[in-house]
Amino acid sequence: MALEEIREAFSFFDGWEDKYRFVIDLGKDLPQLDDARRTPANLVRGCQSQVWLLTERLGGRMRFAIDSDAQIVRGLIAIILTVFQDRTPDEIRAFDIEGLFAELELIKHLTPTRGNGLRAMVARIHQEAERASLD
Amino acid sequence: MAASLDISGDFPILARQVNGQPLTYLDSAATTQKPQAVIDAIRHYYERRNANVHRAAHALAEEATAAMEDARAKVAALVGAGDARELIFTRGATEGINLVAAGLTDRLGPGDEVLITELEHHSNIVPWQMLCQRSGAALVACRVTATGEIDLSDFHAKLRPRTKLVAIGHVSNALGTVNPVAALIEAAHAQGALALIDGAQAVQHLDVDVGRLGCDFYAFSAHKLFGPTGIGALYGRAALLEELPPYQGGGEMIEHVSIERTIYNQPPYKFEAGTPNIAGAVGFGAAADYLAGLPRQALRDREAALVSQAVSRLKQIPGLRMVGEPRERVSVVSFLVDGGHPHDFGTLLDQQGIAVRTGHHCAMPLMERLGVPGTIRASFALYNSPADVERLVAGVEKAIEFV
Repeated sequence: MALEEIREAFSFFDGWEDKYRFVIDLGKDLPQLDDARRTPANLVRGCQSQVWLLTERLGGRMRFAIDSDAQIVRGLIAIILTVFQDRTPDEIRAFDIEGLFAELELIKHLTPTRGNGLRAMVARIHQEAERASLD
Repeated sequence: MAASLDISGDFPILARQVNGQPLTYLDSAATTQKPQAVIDAIRHYYERRNANVHRAAHALAEEATAAMEDARAKVAALVGAGDARELIFTRGATEGINLVAAGLTDRLGPGDEVLITELEHHSNIVPWQMLCQRSGAALVACRVTATGEIDLSDFHAKLRPRTKLVAIGHVSNALGTVNPVAALIEAAHAQGALALIDGAQAVQHLDVDVGRLGCDFYAFSAHKLFGPTGIGALYGRAALLEELPPYQGGGEMIEHVSIERTIYNQPPYKFEAGTPNIAGAVGFGAAADYLAGLPRQALRDREAALVSQAVSRLKQIPGLRMVGEPRERVSVVSFLVDGGHPHDFGTLLDQQGIAVRTGHHCAMPLMERLGVPGTIRASFALYNSPADVERLVAGVEKAIEFV
């Protein structure tokens, strides 16, 4: 799903129930990582839920495989991937992900208190993008 | 009768809305809300009495000192400490435990053991690991049963002459288990070990009497019993407090200082370096007053009925399973739902104005022992009502439709 479709869907939501049902459904479509790739090295630790993140570079673009043990977090990962997947490091670094989450009224999931691993995951993606743009 | 026991009106925050819904606060094991009386006491202190304590001859300093020492006496009385000098103000239960761990460093060495349990909060694990690293002693953990209770035969097997200290939570923060601490303290003493009780989750829910328990140390926090954050207390037996070295150096904790050496003040001041949290102490005293003025037994019976109601109602939900079913429990109900991650439930309940805690509850060894990644934890306090339980049950049922 593209970001514009997500934006449009959000504009029709009438209350939290529609919104979270949509986010959870997005998460259901996110490919799962098998146990072989859910390794400690790929783990981004969160207090309440965990995220596994793998990065590879294809040409000048970055490809991520990301998974979580929590459904809502998986849905939020799907939203993040619409703007980060197969983009250049510079595009990733330039994108205002916090602004997007504020616009979608999901910003509390990116605040430090949530401890859900999502914020740490975004920080890890930015680090990877920074490293890639230096190479 | 039920109406007269409804004290929720004393707590202004409980009237607010969250995410457009009335707040249902079921996270009191993390921190309790504060009654107006405590909020007023802190404000009154800053508006009328603020001065540094134990230092000056002026009127405000005398009033501030009297307010703080009055609070010390009230908090000491709350836990049955006969002598207020046995009551050290700390930042909370965690600092109280760290204070004891620091003070015991020179008393322990290789071959000695510190005995804890798998049920403990990290606050009653990590300070002992650090003590063991400093001293060369070993940390030993007694097993917990599948129902979430201390395995007593394992406890007695692991309690031996080399055990120098036993450190146990009075009430489990993750499961609500009430541990038989009086018997465990007696057993520890019979082996010549000291006994520390982490009372962070207990004082709000039980009548604690440190004299009757016979423990050497009892650590607890104000914010879990209607008082402010940033203050707590450590009860220590007078003779032990005399022997223990100071925790930190600074003002207040001294009797005389020259560049060469310092003569330390008497307990409890020996352990209270620096300007203390005076406003916090005053708020703590007000919380003790507030508790003393409540029909506590009737309210606790009501709270126990809420926990029973929550357990039996939640168990009726298909796919829901309890984590830990201790015979003796207060306040806490921990559970999981098949196919749903605790974090999803935390978020979906939050959207409905229901505040619960999800995750490992700072008790990762316990979660590992029980084979769960974490739990959904609802924890009750004296201000909760049967309607709160019904909102929780309805909220969980609604969340299940999503996942």
